[in-house]
Formats: sequence, structure tokens, C-alpha cells
Amino acid sequence: MTGGLPMAAPAQRPPLDRVGALRWLRVNLFSGPLNTLLTLVTFGAIALVVPAVLRWAVVDAVWRSADPAVCRAAAGACWAVVAEKHRLMLFGLYPHAEHWRPVAATVLYVAAVALTCWPGSWRRIVLVPLWTVTVAVFLVLMLGGALGLSLVETREWGGLPLTVVVFTATVMMALPLGIILALGRRSRLPLIRTAAIGLIEIVRGVPLVTVLFCAAVVFPLFLPPGWDVDKLVRVLVAMGIFYGCYFAEVIRGGLQAIPKGQHEAAASLGLSYWQSTRKIVLPQALRVVIPGLMNHVISVFKNSTLVIVVGLFDMLYATTAAIADPLWIAFYTEGYLFVGAIYFLGCWAMSRYSQFIERRLARGRSY
Amino acid sequence: MVEAEARRLVPRALSLDNETVRAVVLQVATAAAIVAALYLLGTNAAHNMARQGIVSGFGFLSQEAGYDVGESWIAHSARSTYARTLVVGLLNTLYVSAVAIVLATVLGVLVGIARVSPNWLLRKVSAGYVEIFRNTPLLLQIVFWYTVMRQLPPPRRALQPIEGVFLSNRGFTHPVPTWDPAHGWMLAAAAIGIGAAIAYRRAARRHHERTGRRWPVLWPTAALVVGLPALAWLAGGSPIGLDVPRMRAFNFQGGTTHSPELVALLIALVAYIGAFIGEIVRFGIQAVGSGQREAARALGLRDGHALRLVVLPQALRIIVPPLTSQYLNLVKDSSLAVWIGYPDFVSVTNTAINQTGQAVEGIFLMMLVYLSISLSISLFMNWYNRRIGYRR
Repeated sequence: MTGGLPMAAPAQRPPLDRVGALRWLRVNLFSGPLNTLLTLVTFGAIALVVPAVLRWAVVDAVWRSADPAVCRAAAGACWAVVAEKHRLMLFGLYPHAEHWRPVAATVLYVAAVALTCWPGSWRRIVLVPLWTVTVAVFLVLMLGGALGLSLVETREWGGLPLTVVVFTATVMMALPLGIILALGRRSRLPLIRTAAIGLIEIVRGVPLVTVLFCAAVVFPLFLPPGWDVDKLVRVLVAMGIFYGCYFAEVIRGGLQAIPKGQHEAAASLGLSYWQSTRKIVLPQALRVVIPGLMNHVISVFKNSTLVIVVGLFDMLYATTAAIADPLWIAFYTEGYLFVGAIYFLGCWAMSRYSQFIERRLARGRSY
Repeated sequence: MVEAEARRLVPRALSLDNETVRAVVLQVATAAAIVAALYLLGTNAAHNMARQGIVSGFGFLSQEAGYDVGESWIAHSARSTYARTLVVGLLNTLYVSAVAIVLATVLGVLVGIARVSPNWLLRKVSAGYVEIFRNTPLLLQIVFWYTVMRQLPPPRRALQPIEGVFLSNRGFTHPVPTWDPAHGWMLAAAAIGIGAAIAYRRAARRHHERTGRRWPVLWPTAALVVGLPALAWLAGGSPIGLDVPRMRAFNFQGGTTHSPELVALLIALVAYIGAFIGEIVRFGIQAVGSGQREAARALGLRDGHALRLVVLPQALRIIVPPLTSQYLNLVKDSSLAVWIGYPDFVSVTNTAINQTGQAVEGIFLMMLVYLSISLSISLFMNWYNRRIGYRR
């Protein structure tokens, strides 16, 4: 249609305020009196807040100084508190001379996560060895007591590596437990179904704090005298069970979304319950629920902070302790902003990644 | 029937190949494992508690607690029993949850609407708020706001954003109206007004169904609910006494003061859950197709009517189930109060456990209380969900 109608007049340019930037402004900011008012009010608020924040955080800020008096004299933020205290914030009570070990362990962990996020690695032959090696090396680095590394007990673990441990162990335990509980809840056997429903509903009805208290305070009472389980392990198992119940409900949704014909087709091929579950039903169900699971995985990361309630020294606790120093307490905002930014980056990256996965899985599927 | 026939063909031998035998064996094994675990744990616990000289059972509830709770809705002192102290904690949990649910809902609805506003700037600002507050740990936010409150100047140099309203390291202090008999009449008038408004709306709907004509609804309702208490206020001599707080050396006199713990907990809960509710509201509004709005307009409904009669009823059906789980999350998250020392149920029970060593009973009570609250909210929201659901 390059020629158009033979008699057509030459096309006129639209009026200026209907194209380009002016049109955009008109549609998006000034489409009516109410909209214009909203724009002006919002813009006024931004103009009031943003320059002040920038002046505080960047222009007038003190970046490095071992002397809090320098900060107190300045009008802006005191990022020097992060420079001074970052070791305590990031590694907690871990022996100072050994800090290279948590650094190496965390770097290794982040590399493993990055590799796992790349869809090309989603094969058993890659992921199983990768994570076996990562977890083993991580534990050896952190715990020591082998290969000439001095022993560092879990009591002394802290900061970012502890957050990483809580997060990873919880997810790794919650996923298989969630699958088992979801299958149990859909079982035809009444006793197994009742047991699964009971556990899931009780755990989902109580706060994580009570479950953590259970692990830290009550559980030792139930052990035979002389037995002792490391507190970190107790807390990790409690977190795993707690989130296993939440994962189970998401996975159950996925199981319900698998058409009945799939079960029947598997049965008519002569597959047993476990064969059809493992090879036919679960692969499809888990695919459907990945975005839903990601929401809970993000929640695990955020709620890993709750372990401070039973006295574990994670990144949040370490930060609280770091800025409790009376010399630096006035600059708590900077300290919390620093760890807050670390948590935010983690959660934000996970939610972006979840959207990417969702788009990728939606590809080539019609239902 | 085919299945039954097939089952008859299978040999009924007592072997693990028989499906019925397998089912029985599996269930008996599970039951035995559960019973054995409970028995083992129970005997261990009994033994350990006996060794530590702890008398199990709930007898401790009638003993003197010996510790004071900062904030209480009922008369309470260090001489009160544990039972009474726990009730104080329970009331605090319910109070902070109720206030936070109302505020978070208001904030969330505003944010949700802002997220779908035609205004680009407002959309971006609200999206930024949601991203930041949703992606930061709640406990970090609570700890941050608590530190903010604790680092405020003392009462003598308190911040005064509005005349008579103070922010200090003692908390948030504001004026309250001095009690007057007229206020009692106002409450009564408000109750009568709400009852009359409900009756009027019912009558209006019946009238509309019978004749197809509408009575005005909004203004009479507003007049009944707001106007009647206002009339009572005027009739009672329009008392305008305000108990304005005044600064003293170390504290305020008059007015009402909310503790730094409560204020920090409320700000964090409202900002955090509000961000989630905002996303739910946005999704609910967007899920109602634009065709619905256009169809409503084509039928001649005005914008307000289209929103109220067509869009909102459909959006609510989508919003209510996830909103329910956010309310449940909020109540459970309020237990993080224990970290900053707001005397909620978990916090006071934790102190009781530390003093008496009755950890099993204490945790049992905590779980019981939260399960009951969760169940009540679920039941109420399910009832509401059925009410607004499709009428068949």
C-alpha cells in the first residue's frame, strides 16, 4: 500500500501535541484536572525529598574516617561506619584472622548459584556434582578442622555466610519435604492423608518464631540425657519443616493442575504409583509451580533474619551489634541501609529471575 | 465397575503385591512410627523435667508472675498471676494486629489504585515503594524503626510536627478529647445510626427490586452514620475539651503516649503488609477485563456506578482470598514484637518460660493461641468471600 489511493491528498502531520514527547506528557501526566493535580503534588514531593536525600547520602557524606567525630561534624551520611564495621556486619564473631575463609566460601556459593540460574546447567549430571562439591567445600572452609584449617564451631559463625547457610539449607530441606507432604496430602490412604494435613495446617497456622523457640528451647527437653544436637542444626531443621509445609501447599496446587488422564495413561502403561509419580506427574507439576515456589524462596531469604530471636548471629544481628557501639550508634541509619541493600538486592534479583523463568516456561505451552 | 472387576481378578494372597495389604502395612507402619516417636519423646521429656525439678502441667498459671508488663488493657501488676499476664499479652497481640490490619488495608488500597493510575509519575512512585518494602526483611524494618524511635530526642527536646503532637524517645504522644457524658450519647447515636442505615439500605434494595426505581443511598447513609452522632454532640452542649500533653522534665503529662516499641512495630507491619496488599489490589483491578468497564458504560452506567456495581464486585472476588492470607501473615508476623520487647503474647509467654522452665506448656499455649486466631480470621473471611461470591 505504498501508493495509497490515486486521489489521496498528501498526508498532513498530526498537531504537535499529538505526537512525540508532548503527546506522552499529555496522556501520562496531564490528561485531566485530577491527573494534573496528582502530577503536581507528586512532583512537588519528589522535588522536596530527592535532592535532600542526595545531599545527605552523597554530597555531604563522609566516606572514610576512623574517627566518629569527623562524621558528627559533617551534615551528611556517615558511610565511614560501614567502612569501619563491615567485618563485624558481614562475618559476625568469626575469628578475625580467618576471615578469608567465609569470603572464599561465599564467593564459591554465589558462583554456584549463578551457574544454577543459567538454564543450560539444568541437567542432573551438572547440578548434582556441582552442589555436592559446593556444599562440601563450603562446610570445610567454614567449619575447618581438616586440611590444616583450624576448627571454627558453628557458635562462632555469623554474618552473611550464616545467612547463606540458613537460606540454602532451609530451601534444600523444604523442597523434598514439601513434595512428600504434598503427595501425602493427596494420598488415598486415610491415615497418611490425615497426618500430612495435620502437620501442614498446624505449622501454617503458627508464627515462625514459635517454631524456632520449639527447636531452640523445647527440643533439647525431648532428647535422652547426654544427647546434644548443635543449635544451628536444630534451627535449620525447624526452618526446613516450617517452609516444607508452605512448599507443600504450592506443590499440591501443581499436582492438582495435572490432568487426570496423565495418571490414567501412566497406569495403563503398567507404571507403578512411584514410577508414574516420579517420571510423569512430578516433572510436570514442579514445572507449573516454580513461580509460586520462588515467592516462598524469597520469603525464606527474608525470614532467615528470624534466627536472631533464638540467638544466632546472622547479618541482621551482627549489624545491630556493630552499631550498638556507643561511638557509632548515631549512624545506625547508614548501617541498616547497607545490610538492607544486600537483602534487597538478593530478593529483587530472585523476583526478577522468577519472572524470567515464568516467561521461559510459558514458552510453547498452550494450557 | 471395571476397577472392581479387575481387583477381583488379582490374587488375594497375603503378599506385598496385593494393593490392600500394602495400604494396610504402610498405614500401620506410619501409625506405629508416630506413636513410637511420641512415646519416646514424651518419656524423655518427663524424665528431663523431673531431673530439673519442673512440675509439668498448667499449675503455674495461677502463680504470681512477678514481672510487670509495660502496656496493658486490663489492670495488671507484678503481683498478678501468670494467667492474667498472658491475657495482657494476648490483648496486646490482638490490638496491634487489628490496628495494623486496618491501616495496612487503607494503605494497600491506595497504593493498588495508584499502581493502575493513568498518571505515570504516581505509578512509578508507588511501584518503587512496593519494590523496596516488599523486598526487605520485615524484622530489619522493625529493628530500623525501633532504632529510629529510640534515637529520637528526650521529651524535653521532643519533635513537635503539629501543635500538641510529640515524637520523642518515650514514643508518640498526642492529645485526646477529655471524657464528657455527651461522648457516651454520641457512641449510642452512632450505633443507632449504623443500624438504621443498614435497615434503610435493605429497604432501598427491596424497593429497587420491586419497582426498578432507586432511592438515594449514599447521602441518607452518610447522614445517619455521621449526622446522628453530630446531633448528639450538639445536643450534649458540643464539648470540645482536649487533653493536650505538656512537657515535663522527663516525660509528658496528659494526652496519650504510645510506646516506641508499639509505634515501630506498627509502622513496619503497615508498610510491609501494605506493599503486599497493594499488589493484590492492583492485580484484582487489572484482572477485571476492560471490556467489563466498556460494557457498563455502553449500558449507560455512570463512572461511579460502573466502578461500584460492575468492577469492584468482580475485583473483590479475586482480591479477598489472597487478602485473607496477608491478614493471617500479619497476625503471625506481629510475633516479631518479641525482638524489640513489645509485650505481645509471644513476648510475655517467652518471659514466663524463662522464669518457670515450663517450655512445653508455654509453646503449646503460643501455638494454641495463634491457631485459634488464624482459624477465626479464616472462618470470617470465608464467610465474607461466600457473601460476595456469585449468587447461584
